[in-house]
Amino acid sequence: MSLDWDIFCRSTTGTERIAGCLGQGGELSYLQWLVSAWGWTATVAVLGFAVALAIGMWVGTLRTLHAHRWLVVLAAAWVELFRNIPLLVQVFLWYHVAPFFIPALKLMPSWLLVSVALGLFTSARIAEQVRAGIQSLPRAQRSAALALGMSETQTYRWVILPVALRVMIPALTSEAMSIVKNSSVAFAVSVAELTQFALQAQEETARGVEIYLAVTLLYAATAFAVNRALAFVEARVRVPGVGAAARQEA
Amino acid sequence: MELDFGFFSADLMRRYVLGGLWFSVQLTVIATAGGILFGSLLALMRISGKYMLAVPATIYVNTMRSVPLVMVILWFFLLMPFALGRPIGAELSAVITFVAFEAAFFCEIVRSGIQAIPRGQLQAGMALGMRSAQTMRLVILPQALRHMLPVLVTQVIVLFQDTSLVYAIGAYDLLKGFDVAGKILGRPVEAYLGAALVYFLICFALSRLAARLHVRRLS
Repeated sequence: MSLDWDIFCRSTTGTERIAGCLGQGGELSYLQWLVSAWGWTATVAVLGFAVALAIGMWVGTLRTLHAHRWLVVLAAAWVELFRNIPLLVQVFLWYHVAPFFIPALKLMPSWLLVSVALGLFTSARIAEQVRAGIQSLPRAQRSAALALGMSETQTYRWVILPVALRVMIPALTSEAMSIVKNSSVAFAVSVAELTQFALQAQEETARGVEIYLAVTLLYAATAFAVNRALAFVEARVRVPGVGAAARQEA
Repeated sequence: MELDFGFFSADLMRRYVLGGLWFSVQLTVIATAGGILFGSLLALMRISGKYMLAVPATIYVNTMRSVPLVMVILWFFLLMPFALGRPIGAELSAVITFVAFEAAFFCEIVRSGIQAIPRGQLQAGMALGMRSAQTMRLVILPQALRHMLPVLVTQVIVLFQDTSLVYAIGAYDLLKGFDVAGKILGRPVEAYLGAALVYFLICFALSRLAARLHVRRLS
């Protein structure tokens, strides 16, 4: 069995090979479909990560406010709820169940629902990282800020979070790479992303190995690019003397 | 239209759900046992210091960890018939996939568990005249395994949740059981809510167990 990479130049509507690999007008080559599928994977992952970060920050921070017992309990419940149900089941809950209770959701496209599902699932994991990040800071920082007359909100805003969020970047990096991989569950509700492309193109062309190889490499390359990008951010915002890198140097 | 939880009859559970639950549990147990076995081998290869062992193990582990599980499931389902020379069912394919995939993750857990044991333990074993394999088996691994226990349970929770992804190749697991029941009886909303509840109860119980193990380890 030999590999036939020509498959990516074939038309998705006919069987003929498109000269130059890029179809025009309504005609698409498998290569063009692959690129657009990658775009959907990136869209769902980026949106999901934005949701996860926004909610995860809040929930993780609330879990450390010991003076407000109800907020702590509520935030803990949030984490347990979203982390103990499989992602695929959560996607089905948003796609099949939520519109039953909130009819307006029927108008939402499935890629948006998947992004929300992915974001909430990941928010629970990020919340745990945020909590660990905050708890890893010396308690004296908080006491010092309060002693300076800052309110609790100010203490978090100006002292605790700016350091905690930077300490967390390695953990966030691995969550960001996970979300790229986890976005593959979107195939289950027919979002035209990479895994859905792999399934459909494999069926149409019967060239599974070539198709899967291309998709697998794109996933790995995307996760690697995310890793490098966040490593760059980490190096840029690092606080001297704080975090894992500093401990290694010491 | 209203919710109808009379949907969850004992007959429905027996007919559609229990078989799926049983497969999900089997898949989790086999993948955990096989994953820990092969994962430990991979971990020993990675820390052996021997280039010919460490490099292939590292490549294997990093490849598995950088690809979505769904794609790994699809790959195995596509290639298994070629490798075995005969067609293979979705369920068997899923079992083989999960053992191979989880081995990479258990490898990293075992490896960090072993590396957390102070080197003095190894040296003490050697000084007592043990071979390095004996030191590993009698001194290092028993301690490392105890250290790893909470992380292992956490990984089993993730693994149990991930078994739902066999949906991609149509294997009949817990989620599929509810999925089929919901479609046949025209009650998808109740079916998916039921699936979520069952997964939640199992995973929540396991996560309480992990937390208790963690506390006991620290005390």
